[in-house]
Amino acid sequence: MNRYAVRRVCARIGVYVAAIVAALLCAGPFLWSLVTAFKQNRDLYDPTNNPFVFNRPATPDHVTYLFTDTAFLTFTWNTLWVGVLVVLITLVLALPAAYALARLDRPWSGPLAVAIFLVYLVPPSLLFLSLSRMVVAIGLQDSTWSMVLVYPTITTPVSVWLLMGFLKGIPRDIEEQAMVDGYSRLGAFVRAVIPLVFPGIVAVVVFAFTLTASEFIYALAFVAPTDQMPVSTGVPTQLVRGDVFFWQSLQAATVAVAVPIALVFNLFLDRFVAGFTMGSVKG
Amino acid sequence: MTTRISDRAGVLAWLFLLPSVLYIVALVASPFVLAIAFALSDVSAGDPSYDYVGGRNFERVFDDPVFWRSLGNTFVFTGISMVLIVVLGKVLANILVADFRGKWLVRFLVLLPWTTPVALSSISWLWLLDSIYSPIDWVLRFFGFLGPGENLYWLGQPGLAMTSVIAVHVWRLTPLAAVIMMAGLVAIPRDIEEAATVDGAGYWRRMFEIKIPLVLPVAAVAALFGAVFTFTDMAVVRVLTRGGPNDATQVLASWAFYRGIEGGDVGQGAAVALFLFPLLLAAAIAILRVVRRIEVW
Amino acid sequence: MAVVEVRGLVKHYHGGRVHAIDGVDLSAGDGEYLVLLGPSGCGKTTLLRTVAGLEEPTSGDVLIGGRVVTRLPPRARQVAMVFQSYALYPHKTVFANIVFPLRAQGVPPEERHRKVRWAAELLGIGPLLGRKPRQLSGGERQRVALARALVREPQVFLLDEPLSNLDAKLRASARDELKRFQGEIGTTTIYVTHDQVEAMGLGDRIAVLAAGKVRQVGPPVEVYDDPADTFVATFIGSPPMNLVPREGRLVGFRPEHLLPVEDVRSPDRVSVPLAVDRVEYLSGDRHVYGVVSRIGAQTRVVARLPSTVDTAIAAGETHDFAVDARRLRFFDRDTGLRAEPVRLGS
Repeated sequence: MNRYAVRRVCARIGVYVAAIVAALLCAGPFLWSLVTAFKQNRDLYDPTNNPFVFNRPATPDHVTYLFTDTAFLTFTWNTLWVGVLVVLITLVLALPAAYALARLDRPWSGPLAVAIFLVYLVPPSLLFLSLSRMVVAIGLQDSTWSMVLVYPTITTPVSVWLLMGFLKGIPRDIEEQAMVDGYSRLGAFVRAVIPLVFPGIVAVVVFAFTLTASEFIYALAFVAPTDQMPVSTGVPTQLVRGDVFFWQSLQAATVAVAVPIALVFNLFLDRFVAGFTMGSVKG
Repeated sequence: MTTRISDRAGVLAWLFLLPSVLYIVALVASPFVLAIAFALSDVSAGDPSYDYVGGRNFERVFDDPVFWRSLGNTFVFTGISMVLIVVLGKVLANILVADFRGKWLVRFLVLLPWTTPVALSSISWLWLLDSIYSPIDWVLRFFGFLGPGENLYWLGQPGLAMTSVIAVHVWRLTPLAAVIMMAGLVAIPRDIEEAATVDGAGYWRRMFEIKIPLVLPVAAVAALFGAVFTFTDMAVVRVLTRGGPNDATQVLASWAFYRGIEGGDVGQGAAVALFLFPLLLAAAIAILRVVRRIEVW
Repeated sequence: MAVVEVRGLVKHYHGGRVHAIDGVDLSAGDGEYLVLLGPSGCGKTTLLRTVAGLEEPTSGDVLIGGRVVTRLPPRARQVAMVFQSYALYPHKTVFANIVFPLRAQGVPPEERHRKVRWAAELLGIGPLLGRKPRQLSGGERQRVALARALVREPQVFLLDEPLSNLDAKLRASARDELKRFQGEIGTTTIYVTHDQVEAMGLGDRIAVLAAGKVRQVGPPVEVYDDPADTFVATFIGSPPMNLVPREGRLVGFRPEHLLPVEDVRSPDRVSVPLAVDRVEYLSGDRHVYGVVSRIGAQTRVVARLPSTVDTAIAAGETHDFAVDARRLRFFDRDTGLRAEPVRLGS
């Protein structure tokens, strides 16, 4: 009896220790970035100073510099609206496609689903050379719109697969009921299926946005002018001048971008997990 | 009332798929074909006119020792990263599904590496691995592993540079692997685990005889997806080392970028990038096999 | 209200490898309660879904009210269907569920409200209108599904095993309610089930299906007393009809007709010795298992003795039993179909 009680307590402590270690390993660099962002130059550039504490009074100068003297807000804005548009395009393309593949029972839907999966395997590093030529050819080079046009190639295949998983989890009875109740196939999809697949849509939105915000090969290859850049290429371009790194401002930028995305992602984590589960369970 | 287009499953299926298919043909299939065409040409930034040169780009690529070095690095990078990501992802997933106070905060902190744009998080790491100011070196000096004023030059020495690149990549992808494996863990019917508990199986026995075998298919898919991603990814390499020192961390993807965009030799860049494809195809076939096995199961 | 008819209906799956429906002709009269009965996989649900328009037949036609509707989508057929799962829209309230088909028809709002209230009243779910489906019990869900089927005043009701999700106790009262409900509404109803008790209790007529074919159609009594073949004979009745091989035939008789010889009053009776090996008591009846001889080859059969029969019977004894000759049914041993009776002598 006593032995089990001791074991239970040890197990509880073990869970907490493991959780804290995991959190520190993952988020450590960010916590440290947060400290660094407020350091004075003379504090930062002294290898004998403890890098984890303020050896001199903290200063907001470098953070202010990021927001006032760089185009950081423009980059953030670009990332945001490119992300939103890409998410919309992704949904418009992926939702009907996933429904067709998951439900409309055509003989070719199996092979086509596999084909879409293969598209996911064709990576940006294989396509960016020819895509940058094509972007030039249609006159979108150096414009944020080039990213809006091209990013859905990354997000759509994954989203189709994710949504197929969700759609297979919805009982067929529901849409057939809607059809018997007097709606067309399309009507049943819009009125009965889409409301039920909403968690999947949320998962896709979050996932697609994260992918878009992270992408940087295409951004690097397509867009040169600073005012058109997203965060992931703009920040390095403006805050790394040759060999000179504006370290504190860079760290501030990292934290400022990372925290909101992680917060939102965390809100929807359970739904996201559910999406993968439904994908793996046969519908 | 008669039949309308919106009633007919066959027509709807086409209408629903057409936009995606057209989009993918236009922006994936055609650049892919174009990439093959470039690989067989002498197109460059300075001379954009198209001349067919057959397999000459490939010959030049194969003659270049950097290509072989990159190829080897790619395999080392992918192989080691994947093993670490799967193992650590599994551990992390177990922590995240456990019940404890402050779970929300822990999950938030754990997600950070994955949700941060890789270009930015890699720059943070660039400073953590700096040749003079590295906080990691400071800690090592503090505990006496390094003499005063000594540094490891993380990104300056071939072995350490590769270690660093792998470490950062693992750090950034492990949270995603953990999320996918959480899905696998959550999907295990509760009664199976409860049955095992009633049968007297302890934590480790349940872990190795129930949870791991049941999660294995999902983990395999996650691993293969991750492998494909890692194989073609150049973000970390590009920011941290730019392939250096002396091409010690150069991978195929970063070298293709270096050649094709920065060097302006589109033909050769395309040839290098194209070399990724047969390897990807092999990975794809492996993934599909695993997926099929899951569906049978 | 309308006649529903299917003609020469065939449905193949997987490029003709699976014959779900294999040439079915069937009709349900105006206001009739037709039950499709059969084991799982016999094609009864496919047949119902074809009538609803959810499946397109490989060949053959579906007629509702004399009009060919084979190529029409479900919404154009004026049918209402209750699924086995009830398929309530989980994100809508009970009210929104019931009003959903009316919105599809473009019924004006006041009219919609009136109809929903009428249907809810009829089924006694008025107080539940604001709830979500997950807050309802199984019986309440069934009633909501029925109300939703009812509001649009369909020509035909299609019910797919609507009782199978209820527990045994509830099932009996729900069956009662369904029958009464249909009596009041008077709408043609096609009801699918694998439960013979439901079929016998509910149907005006029963169509017994097996392997995609109709084996027999008729009123419950007829299907029970005069089965068309050995499949129907053994599928209906619990315990099923006894079949004893004899000279290229199978001699069939119901367990309740195999009685101790002194309890068979008819002068025209066939007496058989029964070597008893087991006796069971089931809710008043005695089920006596044993091997019969003389009537044909030695075969293990079961007799069901009502409580009014008080002959003492124990395992290990051999008793003289008998069957009224009028109760004997004959089947061809190879085809299983009904055959000419033969004289068995006494």
